[in-house]
Amino acid sequence: MKKFLACAALALCFGQHALAQSDASAYPVTPAPGLYAALGEEAGLRSLMDDFVKNLVADPRLAAQFKDTKLDHLASQLTAQICQLAAGPCVYKGPDMKTAHADMDVTRAKFNALVEVLQTTMDAHKIPFTRQNQLLALLAPMHRDVITVH
Amino acid sequence: MTHVSHRLHPALHRLTWAAALTATLCAPAAHADTGKLLLTSGVSSIDGAAGGGLTPWAVIGSGATEGELGVSAFATRAHTQDYGLNVVGVAVGIHDRVELSLAQQDFNTGITGTALGLPGLHLKQTIVGAKWRVAGDAVLDSDTLMPQIAVGLEHKSLDSSGLDSTLNALGAKRSGTDVYVSATKLFLAQGILLNATLRATKANQNGLLGFGATLGGADNRLKLQPEFSVAYLLRKDLAVGAEYRSMSNRLQRAGQAAGLGDGLQSSAWKDIFIAWTPNKHSSVTLAYVDLGRIVPATTANRKQTGFYLSAQLSF
Repeated sequence: MKKFLACAALALCFGQHALAQSDASAYPVTPAPGLYAALGEEAGLRSLMDDFVKNLVADPRLAAQFKDTKLDHLASQLTAQICQLAAGPCVYKGPDMKTAHADMDVTRAKFNALVEVLQTTMDAHKIPFTRQNQLLALLAPMHRDVITVH
Repeated sequence: MTHVSHRLHPALHRLTWAAALTATLCAPAAHADTGKLLLTSGVSSIDGAAGGGLTPWAVIGSGATEGELGVSAFATRAHTQDYGLNVVGVAVGIHDRVELSLAQQDFNTGITGTALGLPGLHLKQTIVGAKWRVAGDAVLDSDTLMPQIAVGLEHKSLDSSGLDSTLNALGAKRSGTDVYVSATKLFLAQGILLNATLRATKANQNGLLGFGATLGGADNRLKLQPEFSVAYLLRKDLAVGAEYRSMSNRLQRAGQAAGLGDGLQSSAWKDIFIAWTPNKHSSVTLAYVDLGRIVPATTANRKQTGFYLSAQLSF
């Protein structure tokens, strides 16, 4: 029991420590080695994001959310952002995630729906499941800033 | 084969399978009303709470995420050398925060019932469960080590049966409440899920042999039993893993006092499993289980190993 509590306490401390860090610098997750190359570098990412945004507006759960979005701009922003997160040579210059979603009604269900569309798109681009999870691990913590309706 | 002929709810089992099949076939055309990601609510444990097969996790059952209500139903069959267990149950998920569950277990005592002069004896247990997610997000908080944490309780009551006089002689009660805390963490980049549960319980063999014992000054207090699960995601719809559920050997002393030696000994439950979720609304889990020794006095001290098959529908 003591051991268990110690573990739980340790986990809590680590958790809060990491949370505090993420307040300072958005999402400090170390990208898996080789991820950027596995995603097809910038060209592969752009192609992936072009399909991703098309699939987003085609999804009945998300269509309304993206009806006024300039898809080409969104794909370009996402490419730069993910390229940078995956340790590629790009620099994302867009707004931070909190600002970008401040005026939107994003529920947890919609966030998850977006993850599903990304998974389906990555499947279509033959990105291996283990690489998909490495990318999702970089993006998942954004839920704290992206989800605006709890 | 006598175990099979004594199955409870064969019609319900068939219905569940039929419904699972229908849901599978219709899935591509249907869009989910609830928004959880695949496999992130676990499967149904034998006690009804969402988790692994043998142990509850900190996840909340059903497909419902924040702001949603969901429900899941399951049927499970486990079969070992000497025993059979059928379970049916439902769970309701509320806003991915609270889970309420109800399960009915039917345990075929097989050779042990016969040895007690009660051939065909089935033990039926009803389990009412409640779970509250206290903190954390097992899936999305991939930049921290913080797990999802939940506390829960399982109130178990054993129906009156031919075993009542034996339980009375051992000083075991027919109902009891387990309290547990679970911590679940998906290491998303690695595709590995870990769960640890600590259960406080008086149950003998999960309550199927009653709760506590007083014969021979046996230990009648709540005991802490740790339980662990590990799972590896092979695909977004397929996971393999293993579980370990410790079990206090509480009836040992009562068994000795009853002149049975180590005949009522119990040991940890273990399994290795594969879980497949063809779509958001259904999952199938197949496992190889090792339930240790269960009333070895009547089973030639055999280890109870065998298969476990569970089907779940979730909305």
